[in-house]
Amino acid sequence: MEPKIWRDMGLSDDEYQRIEKLMGREPNFLEVGIFSVMWSEHCSYKTSKPVLKKFPTEGPQVLQGPGENAGIVDIGDDLAVAFKMESHNHPSAVEPYQGAATGVGGILRDVFTMGARPVAVLNSLRFGPLTEENNKYLLDGVVSGISGYGNSIGIPTVGGDVYFHSSYNGNPLVNAMAIGLLEHKDIAKGVATGVGNPVMVVGAKTGRDGIHGATFASVELSEEAQPPAVQAGDPFMEKLLMEACLELIQSGAVVGIQDMGAAGLTSSSSEMASRGNSGIEMELSLVPCRETGMTPYEIMLSESQERMLIVPQAGREKEVEEVFARWGLEATVVGRVTDDGMLRLLEKGRLVAEIPVKALTDEAPVYHRPSQEPDYYQKLKNTKLENIELKDSAENVLLALISSPTIASKEWIYRQYDYQVGTNTVVAPGGDAAVLRVRGTSKAIAMTTDCNSRYVYLDPYIGGILAVVEAAQNIVCVGAKPLAITDCLNFGNPERPEIFWQFEQACAGVAEACRALNTPVTGGNVSLYNETLGQAVYPTPMIGMIGLLEDLGQVLKNQLSSEGEQLYLVGEAEGELAGSEYLARFEQLEAGSLPEPDLKEIKKRLDFILEGNKQGLLLAAHDISEGGLAVCLAEMTINCGAEIDIKSGNELKVLFGERLGRIIISVAKEKTAALETLAQKCHIPLTHLGSSKGKNLRIKVGGQECLDVPLSQYRPLYESTIRKIMEG
Amino acid sequence: MKIGVVRFPGSSCEVDCLEAWRLVGEDPVMIWHQETSVKGFDLIVLPGGFSYGNYLRPGSIARYSPIMEDVIRFAKSGGLVWGISNGFQILTECGLLPGAFLRNVGLRYICAPQYLRVENSDLPFTNQYEKGRLIQIPISHGEGNYTIDDEGLKRLQDNNQIVFRYVNTDTSGNPNGSRDNIAGIVNKEGNVLGMMPHPERAVEEIIGSVDGREMFLSILKHWEGRSQGGA
Repeated sequence: MEPKIWRDMGLSDDEYQRIEKLMGREPNFLEVGIFSVMWSEHCSYKTSKPVLKKFPTEGPQVLQGPGENAGIVDIGDDLAVAFKMESHNHPSAVEPYQGAATGVGGILRDVFTMGARPVAVLNSLRFGPLTEENNKYLLDGVVSGISGYGNSIGIPTVGGDVYFHSSYNGNPLVNAMAIGLLEHKDIAKGVATGVGNPVMVVGAKTGRDGIHGATFASVELSEEAQPPAVQAGDPFMEKLLMEACLELIQSGAVVGIQDMGAAGLTSSSSEMASRGNSGIEMELSLVPCRETGMTPYEIMLSESQERMLIVPQAGREKEVEEVFARWGLEATVVGRVTDDGMLRLLEKGRLVAEIPVKALTDEAPVYHRPSQEPDYYQKLKNTKLENIELKDSAENVLLALISSPTIASKEWIYRQYDYQVGTNTVVAPGGDAAVLRVRGTSKAIAMTTDCNSRYVYLDPYIGGILAVVEAAQNIVCVGAKPLAITDCLNFGNPERPEIFWQFEQACAGVAEACRALNTPVTGGNVSLYNETLGQAVYPTPMIGMIGLLEDLGQVLKNQLSSEGEQLYLVGEAEGELAGSEYLARFEQLEAGSLPEPDLKEIKKRLDFILEGNKQGLLLAAHDISEGGLAVCLAEMTINCGAEIDIKSGNELKVLFGERLGRIIISVAKEKTAALETLAQKCHIPLTHLGSSKGKNLRIKVGGQECLDVPLSQYRPLYESTIRKIMEG
Repeated sequence: MKIGVVRFPGSSCEVDCLEAWRLVGEDPVMIWHQETSVKGFDLIVLPGGFSYGNYLRPGSIARYSPIMEDVIRFAKSGGLVWGISNGFQILTECGLLPGAFLRNVGLRYICAPQYLRVENSDLPFTNQYEKGRLIQIPISHGEGNYTIDDEGLKRLQDNNQIVFRYVNTDTSGNPNGSRDNIAGIVNKEGNVLGMMPHPERAVEEIIGSVDGREMFLSILKHWEGRSQGGA
């Protein structure tokens, strides 16, 4: 075989040699194609595997850890939550509407494949600055795509996060997270077992779209890169497919079921057989095709959307067909489960490929990439920030920060999402985390996505910790107990040692924080090669976290609602300038040394908030993140002003310094004594800040009045910035 | 009261409607769109969502679902029919209500809290409101820009068929460009109502508003009065 063939498919010469060895012969074109997608980074995790092994994945709450289509955690009452996050970055860079839409479609399939009914979608998005037309175009297209798909399928899009930074120019990040609810007895898995059981393709017909999509996802974007046709999504088809699959799973006829996502029929069949320690034989001429004359190669590598592979119990094929027919869908037997461990493909009876399943999965190469601390790291870390002073009046700084797109309200975005359908959305977008009630119980689940990639860039290890901490803070601020995470690890080209170093360090940080906060990793996705013209995105290990509220009545807001609420700060008054929004905006500097967070102390503070809320002491809570304490207070006082008096500290560091592990809470006057007692008992640094009052936000630091802004001035700025940029 | 909620392929608010009816003590049933009779029902709800993916035009394919023939017969014989959002679109497509829909002004989907004014409280659907009351009921649609010709509009106005109008509060107003700020209308006989806002999403404090509850209570009140009168 000509080396050009495998090289064009993204395989290295060494990898090809390995294939020959595993096969014991020269593979044919189709077989090489199958190997190339199964061994792509996207499907094989060949680079990330050794690093991911270090994540904590176990805990009494975990019913399904990594390795399946989605993770599952127990929420009691025989109920469970299935959830997963996945990237659709490269398709969205090329075709933002369809890229984002099919990202949502794919992650929803991962969740209902587990037997769970999807109840919510979140999106974690990163774009270059909106000062550039192309970034506005990408934001508009991505939001329309999420809206178009999510609204149509009737699952609420309830939250997420959006940042703008120049490192994402040309390579936006589009990560979608889906959450589903299910009863323990309905958990389904992606396994092919039971020799002779039929293998069925259900849902949409197979077309020529997205061939080699998994490979495309595993290379850098360049001006010459020839993207495959980005898949087109059909939310109506997916809705029918979802209803049919859930109905079928409940009937008990399903042995195994898997979404045909990246690498389509190839990955679904080989992964199901691999998990089941079985083989699969398929007659490709039986696969319903949308286009005529499709070759076995095209059928196996197509990434047409809204398809699933199902292994039902033998003899129940008719039942499967009937369920799908009721929803107007096709279900076709294309093969059967065998016991010989081979993926065997026939075309009209003629053998066209025969590969040991384990060669595609377990035997995929694993790379221990060289890792090297990048030059910038020490340089930025040692940048002196001592002489930085407040550049402008505190009022002007606050107004500038609150109207920067990363901090400003994302209402323009979430107004385009149906966040209410299902009538379970208790905390809608705009809260610290979204909260959905669980019907039939008194419980609710909280969910959030977070990652400040500037922190990760400055110090990947600490930034990784902080991404998890931020997520946990958001979960706790709505009154929920953090349960577990899914992640979507977006990095540059791991073949470059300094990028691999970022990856290793960030994952170590995520692992450390997950251990400390007792939120195991239940799965996720790795997206490498996020580079454009040799420039990598900031390392962005996106964290999707789930939490549980035992009592729906105890959900917390993040805004003050009436006069006389007493405000308290949990944690230190001063933050750091290192990595802060202030520094980036007013000094055009992204630098500094991030202090290593004390995870034990942070856990203690989070537990204190949960305990205080459980005792009914709290009215609202909001964590201090980008922009610091002043921005946090401004966000809390959108409806009602406040007078704040901070006894001592450096004005700049108090108002705009950043340091995670700090939360502002509001308490009714008559509950303050009880709260203070609890804080003493738990050894929590708790400071009374002031109270809600009037229509201005007024802040004194060290006896000096330093900020007095009417909310009629900052509220419109906060609310309209993104809309004005997008619509003029 | 026997309440049926029709489920078309692509509907997404049918369960929300069932739950809202359960909250006021009713036991509604789901009707699959391929059924052919609504005999025995006292109210038919056409729920929101994206029936048939809203392909071609919202509601344009659902109107040909087998059940619709009998829904039309039911409506013409005086039965109560309530179309919400996509259900309203289906009602205009099948001719039970006049007018048609364009994409929202601004061409974007809008999901947001919305204020409405109750313009006609003398209906089976609205008798528990006071005329002129402002209520907050969320909207969620991409094609809610109601349009009708001059003559048709005049007829709606003259016959008091405009039931809800979008109104201004601090931030909201007409969100989608609807003609005459129309958010909901009723047929001349008063038994078929279509509205873009979602009252089934405004029946519990915990999900943001309870202003939609009176619609459910109005229908029950009307039904009790009627069944007692008939007995």
